[in-house]
Amino acid sequence: MASASSKSAFWKGFKDGAPFLLVVGPFGVLFGVVATEAGLNITETMAFSIMVIAGAAQFTAIQLMQDEAPTLIVLATALAVNLRMAMYSAALTPHLGAAPLWQRACIAYFTVDQSYAVSAAQFEKTPDWTLSQKIAYFFGAVTPVCPMWYVVTWIGAYAGTAIPPEFALDFAIPITFLAIIAPLLRTLPHVLACATSVILALSFAWVPYNLGLLIAAVGAMMVGAQAELMLSQRVKT
Amino acid sequence: MIDSTQLWIVILGLGAGSFALRFSFLGIIGKRPLPEWVLRHLRYTAVAVLPGLIAPLVLWPAATGGELDPARLTAAAVTLIVGITTRDVLAAIFGGAIALYGMLYLLS
Repeated sequence: MASASSKSAFWKGFKDGAPFLLVVGPFGVLFGVVATEAGLNITETMAFSIMVIAGAAQFTAIQLMQDEAPTLIVLATALAVNLRMAMYSAALTPHLGAAPLWQRACIAYFTVDQSYAVSAAQFEKTPDWTLSQKIAYFFGAVTPVCPMWYVVTWIGAYAGTAIPPEFALDFAIPITFLAIIAPLLRTLPHVLACATSVILALSFAWVPYNLGLLIAAVGAMMVGAQAELMLSQRVKT
Repeated sequence: MIDSTQLWIVILGLGAGSFALRFSFLGIIGKRPLPEWVLRHLRYTAVAVLPGLIAPLVLWPAATGGELDPARLTAAAVTLIVGITTRDVLAAIFGGAIALYGMLYLLS
């Protein structure tokens, strides 16, 4: 019985994860294209997508390396983009923390925006699920998304070599990031954090080693968190 | 041109670092909850890093030698507006791409 219900949880996860193919597909192709344009070969591009599996951080690292930022700054900034993964890890722990270590290591590797989002929503709805059902659901959601990330990166890397400069691919990263940011601007603290980030990044653009961006990111996070705190206190009183 | 040694350090370092972030609580910290102030800051990482990263690219694009470029500025505005109104990442990307190519075509 337990294995039968794990099986149905897996397929439920698969079904919930599948629509994200529409997002992951074009995004991965774009990464392959941008990486190739930046001079990476197929092996390097694929290593990026397999080792990191986090689109936004990968784009960030490529952009900063093209700007000739020092290695430490590239790593620090791209990891800052990925800080949200720690939040996902924290959110999944009450549900999946009791799994064996090797399974938790696999879950950690496959913790991406999409698998976190559907799993967190599902585990809230069905708190009575067993550990094995929750694990099956998580891997169900991962199955259509993560392997596709590698495949589309590869397609993009091949296609990228054939695209001439008239196509203004220099602007692929800004457009992609703007498209990611815009739907996130749903509360006042998010808008304020975004505005702070832009203003500080432009004002500190003169700081060497691209450190200005890190200053802007830390400042913007503090503004967002502080604004959220002040708004919630105002609601309470 | 990106230096190959730097590239591999970044790929391996970012891979290891991203895994460490993902494994942090699940693997090591266990069931202890994060302090609320940490979670509150983590909620804003995406909107804190990404806008600052692209702001100079939008205003001073390398492709035009750092000159303000009407085609790229329009494309950025369209992407943002479509993204805010539809809340759909793909629609925003397509909107921005159409605006960019449309403007480049009109201005050429």
